[in-house]
Amino acid sequence: MLMTGSPSLYEKRKGVYPKAVDGFYRRLKWAVMAVTLAIYWGTPWLRWDRGPYAPDQAVLVDLANRRFYMFSIEIWPHEFYYVAGLLIMAGVGLFLVTSAVGRAWCGYACPQTVWTDLYQHVERFIDGDRNAQVRLANTPWSAAKIARRLAKWAVWLVIAFLTGGAWIFYFADAPTLQQQFWTGTAAPGAYGAVAVLTATTFILGGFMREQVCIYMCPWPRIQTAMLDEKSLVVTYKHWRGEKRGSLKKAQAAPDIYGDCIDCNQCVAVCPTGVDIREGPQIGCITCALCVDACDAVMAQIGKPRGLIDYCTEDDALAEQKGGAPRPVLSTLLRPRTLAYFALWICVGAAMLFALGVRTRLDISVQQDRNPIFVRLSDGTIRNAYTIKLRNMEARPRPMQVGVTGLADAKMWTDAGSREQAGSALTTMVAADSVEKLRVFLLLPSAGPVRQDFAFTVRATDREGGGDSEPARFERP
Amino acid sequence: MAEDKRIDAATGTEIKLHEWDGIQELDTPLPRWWLWTFYATILFAIGYMVAYPAWPMIDRATAGLLGWSSRGALDKELAAREQQIAPIRQAIAETSVTVLPQRPQLMQAAIEGGRAAFRVHCVQCHGSGAAGSKGYPNLNDDDWLWGGDIAAIEKTIADGVRNPDHQATRQSLMPAFGKDQLLTAAQVDDVVAHVRAISGQHRANAASRRGAKVFADNCAVCHGPAGAGDRTVGAPNLADAIWLYGGDADSIRDTVWNSRRGVMPRWDDKLDKVTVRMLAAYVHSLGGGETKPETRAEPGG
Ligand code: SF4
Ligand code: SF4
Repeated sequence: MLMTGSPSLYEKRKGVYPKAVDGFYRRLKWAVMAVTLAIYWGTPWLRWDRGPYAPDQAVLVDLANRRFYMFSIEIWPHEFYYVAGLLIMAGVGLFLVTSAVGRAWCGYACPQTVWTDLYQHVERFIDGDRNAQVRLANTPWSAAKIARRLAKWAVWLVIAFLTGGAWIFYFADAPTLQQQFWTGTAAPGAYGAVAVLTATTFILGGFMREQVCIYMCPWPRIQTAMLDEKSLVVTYKHWRGEKRGSLKKAQAAPDIYGDCIDCNQCVAVCPTGVDIREGPQIGCITCALCVDACDAVMAQIGKPRGLIDYCTEDDALAEQKGGAPRPVLSTLLRPRTLAYFALWICVGAAMLFALGVRTRLDISVQQDRNPIFVRLSDGTIRNAYTIKLRNMEARPRPMQVGVTGLADAKMWTDAGSREQAGSALTTMVAADSVEKLRVFLLLPSAGPVRQDFAFTVRATDREGGGDSEPARFERP
Repeated sequence: MAEDKRIDAATGTEIKLHEWDGIQELDTPLPRWWLWTFYATILFAIGYMVAYPAWPMIDRATAGLLGWSSRGALDKELAAREQQIAPIRQAIAETSVTVLPQRPQLMQAAIEGGRAAFRVHCVQCHGSGAAGSKGYPNLNDDDWLWGGDIAAIEKTIADGVRNPDHQATRQSLMPAFGKDQLLTAAQVDDVVAHVRAISGQHRANAASRRGAKVFADNCAVCHGPAGAGDRTVGAPNLADAIWLYGGDADSIRDTVWNSRRGVMPRWDDKLDKVTVRMLAAYVHSLGGGETKPETRAEPGG
């Protein structure tokens, strides 16, 4: 083949001009694209009534107040393990999908793929299909070419702007922010985020495309390690296709030539410029457009579909030896995928359970360590604690703080004085907020050096509920 | 070498000569944009070196065209911070210390400012938690020699105690009853027994009953007939559980014999008025402050 003198160390990007194709997987890709884009653009505009003390946006990451809202679920910073749980689920989910169907995430749901696909449709609409695109790329710059390019880039930019713009709506009330955005009163960070995301969408979706999947993305490197011979990947059945030759040759000598008529349709439609007939390779994102393309060719020349198909390596070998193709379901249901699935369900169930039983009222206690205790003039010993009462409900709640395990302890806060000391404190905790109290606890000087007890909090409204937190009283 | 070249049939790429466990490597070229990105980082680095301090010289680094320095940036930040808190300091300066606790937000700001100033100026004697030690009062408790309301605390901080070069300083002069031969050794022992009896450390006995008479004649004028102390002259309460110099017999005998003359510096000549006021607010907030008006904890956080 190529016998160049010294190989170039750096390679110019080869243009990829994928051809339009239709078929089952192409339609699936359309559907996934529509759903994912709708979710991305639509979610911030969903409303969710949480009453007067909380925002009305269904999904909201409120960075300023450190809250995360998702429909009826509200996550506080100390509950961040839910996010960790979601990340674990996403990770296991990817293992599951990958072990079952290879890089299907890449081929259908990855944002890079979705936006690249969208951009390619724009390109096709303006420049025409593959051949016209190649021709246009090779013609010198002219008014017509410039006009076309500008038109294409303009549409790309609009999409990029809508993409970058939508992102900020997840972090603030969408209708308000939209108004602020257009009137120039939004936070500078919002404009910065839109600018950066618009630029990256434009560059990555318009110009980098498959280069992102091949050179920049770390995921294929990990993902290929998770594939095994039982994973469904897009496979060219070379024993059926080879030796390839033109339709004419194949018809003339059917026992020499295989089913592949070397029409190059599978390469022409590939969004990453891969020739799948060379075997599995890192550039392939398993989008199966080549399957659609080849199936169409097979239909035309009257051969069974599936020369290129989703197929496990094991099944491909079995088929080569004369076995029948296995149904997809049986390839999906195998111990490894079932184990991942079970793990995924377990994490999800554990999180649902934790969500179900979590309290919306919480006390935490921190003891003053410097000084640990103070002797008062009448000989009694005072310890001090900083108590945080969290009211995670969207309404103010009255709460009573007391102690258990300490007889005759007297307490007061730094807002009151010792004369008002009692066996319990009551306070009103504002909606959706934390009340910080510095609490003094008083006991006679006689007693053990250390005494363990617990602070308790009880909501005194009709809904009730409570929490307690261990603490310690110390003496000289 | 040329004949050693092997080309991979499928991709047309040269195969590197090394091999590990039968695995060979394709010499796939890197994309061009990668190279340009690399050049761009080099250009950026050069620009950065020109614009910002970069090369170490003998006593400092090259200045950089933008004239930026970390010290300069710090100065700017500090100045901005000063400016930011200036109105708060102004408000504290204009609010009398007795009114301050009625303005919770301002009081809170003063307490935080006082906490910071305390760490710089006061911890050497009173300790980082203000718990004091022998001879240095614990500021957390409810026992005050000169009064524990916020105005009294401010005055103590501003004028000091027994500060030799200040007229307004707080003065309390307990005689050295033993050293100056105002009392005999036996009388001192008796009065010590009496003081320990009224502070509940042991039961009244013959010595303490003799001491009660000595106390009435010599000590009650400042400490009061019951030994409850007198804040107008800084005389400590002898009937409570708190002892600045220790409440055991030896320490009390030492105090009566030699007197103690602890000194607290005046701070109004070293610190500005606002800082002194903030220190008073902080000390008042430690748990022993007296006649404290209602304040409410801030929500949030
Ligand atoms: S589309 Fe099918 S027939 Fe055409 S070249 Fe590819 S594998 Fe061969
Ligand atoms: S080779 Fe086929 S499945 Fe792989 S990326 Fe190209 S078109 Fe998609």
